[in-house]
Amino acid sequence: MPNSSSLPLKNAIEIRNLNFFYGTFKGLKNVNLDIAENKVTAFIGPSGCGKSTLLRTLNRMYSLYPGQRAEGQINFYGQNILDAKQDLNLLRARVGMVFQKPTPFPMSIYDNIAFGIRLYENLSRADMDERVEWALSKAAIWNEVKDKLGQSGLSLSGGQQQRLCIARSVAVKPSVILLDEPTSALDPISTAKVEELVSELKKDYTVAIVTHNMQQAARVSDFTAYMYLGELMEFGQTEQIFMKPARQETEDYITGRFG
Amino acid sequence: MNPTIYARRKRVNRIGLTLSMMAMALGLFVLLWILFVLFKNGISAIDWAMFTESTPAPGSEGGGLANAIVGSFMMVLVTALVSTPIGIFAGVYLAEYGDESKTAELTRFVTDIMLSAPSIVLGLFVYAILVAQVKHFSGWAGSLALALIAIPVVVRTTENMLRLVPGSLREAAFALGAPRWKVATFVTLRAAKAGVMTGLLLALARISGETAPLLFTALNNQFFSWDMNAPMANLPVVIFQFAMSPYDNWVRLAWGGALLITLTVLVLNILARVFFREKVKV
Repeated sequence: MPNSSSLPLKNAIEIRNLNFFYGTFKGLKNVNLDIAENKVTAFIGPSGCGKSTLLRTLNRMYSLYPGQRAEGQINFYGQNILDAKQDLNLLRARVGMVFQKPTPFPMSIYDNIAFGIRLYENLSRADMDERVEWALSKAAIWNEVKDKLGQSGLSLSGGQQQRLCIARSVAVKPSVILLDEPTSALDPISTAKVEELVSELKKDYTVAIVTHNMQQAARVSDFTAYMYLGELMEFGQTEQIFMKPARQETEDYITGRFG
Repeated sequence: MNPTIYARRKRVNRIGLTLSMMAMALGLFVLLWILFVLFKNGISAIDWAMFTESTPAPGSEGGGLANAIVGSFMMVLVTALVSTPIGIFAGVYLAEYGDESKTAELTRFVTDIMLSAPSIVLGLFVYAILVAQVKHFSGWAGSLALALIAIPVVVRTTENMLRLVPGSLREAAFALGAPRWKVATFVTLRAAKAGVMTGLLLALARISGETAPLLFTALNNQFFSWDMNAPMANLPVVIFQFAMSPYDNWVRLAWGGALLITLTVLVLNILARVFFREKVKV
């Protein structure tokens, strides 16, 4: 199996022998995978294959739910985040996440961005203004909202709400951003904007994206992981996965013969 | 398509519709009848004197309900101030922290029992633990009894409204590294604000008409008083006493008081609806 470690890249995250359980059901089976720094890694596969589950282990989101647990190692810059002593809030401040459906908080556009920043930084009013503008610009939404920062985040359109959520993640300056099907609730134009954004984000962040859209994975990612029934079937450079996959199953899925 | 089946279905539909319309008409008729009688008898009692003069002594002329209005207002106010924080904190605990823990299950169970407990039992309880100990009736005791009724209502509505907040919103806040208490106060509670307010108003509407818990706690007071430490006049008990009295002006005041309470409850309910509607719009 081709592995990114053969390339001269630094890994942000190294997953080793990861198994995941929903109660007694095994959602992930012995997954080994490296996520390279400042690259976009895409996870594809049919519904229920475990790609979202895998993403939710990377910021320990699953820990909110008592019946779910992970075994193995996930080394985030050398530190095993599955360790019981891991501070979850600090981890999540460093590994941000954007969800399938836009989730603006019931507060103003400005406060949506400032909320996360205030959790870990004590900025002056002027510095905060600057940071909010910076985050909204990063998410390519500043020009659309700069005159209505006081309005509710809920007043924006779906596509704008999703970019607001991306800005909110970016604002806390994480090192990794996880995107869980970020465009599946959006129209094609908003989708294109978010995709453009993803390519832009990898300059400063490591990005992991789960998507149902094969073309999207091909367009935005550097590495692609194909998953099926909780197993990592194939992983490699996106070009290689899409042009000459090593396994028949991967090819069948990518060409639409299955899935 | 079988025409006999279709005809039958139409017939059943018509019968069902007729029955439900009749049920609605019956309910509406009774409600309007109550309101009509209340207005007919009560409207003449509502005048300036009702708000400025206190309840008349037996046999004396005129008089008003000023002492009862102030007493009811004070006790409901104190109840609201006490039960709002307790109810909301407990509701937040149940929805955001407790989940399926034993403590939460027990709290939920006890709250449900309290919700369906007859209010006279709660009044008797406060009489036993407070009034009988200090040996005098008081506004505080009345408020305590009312709070015992209001708190479970606020707890359950707060919990239910918080549970309506989508889990994705909660996850989004946790994903930024927010600690649980910040997620609860700044995100979920804020998202559920309209529903929680509605619950509070409905709890207030419920207690402002309660008579039984006040009978052995606040009792009544013939004179105007702001003193929560003394027996306190209140609308429901005054209505209860005056309506059965032989004096015409007392009976008239009882009707006036009944109309006043009904209108207050009506206003609280309308306010609750307005709040809730605003929430739905967002």
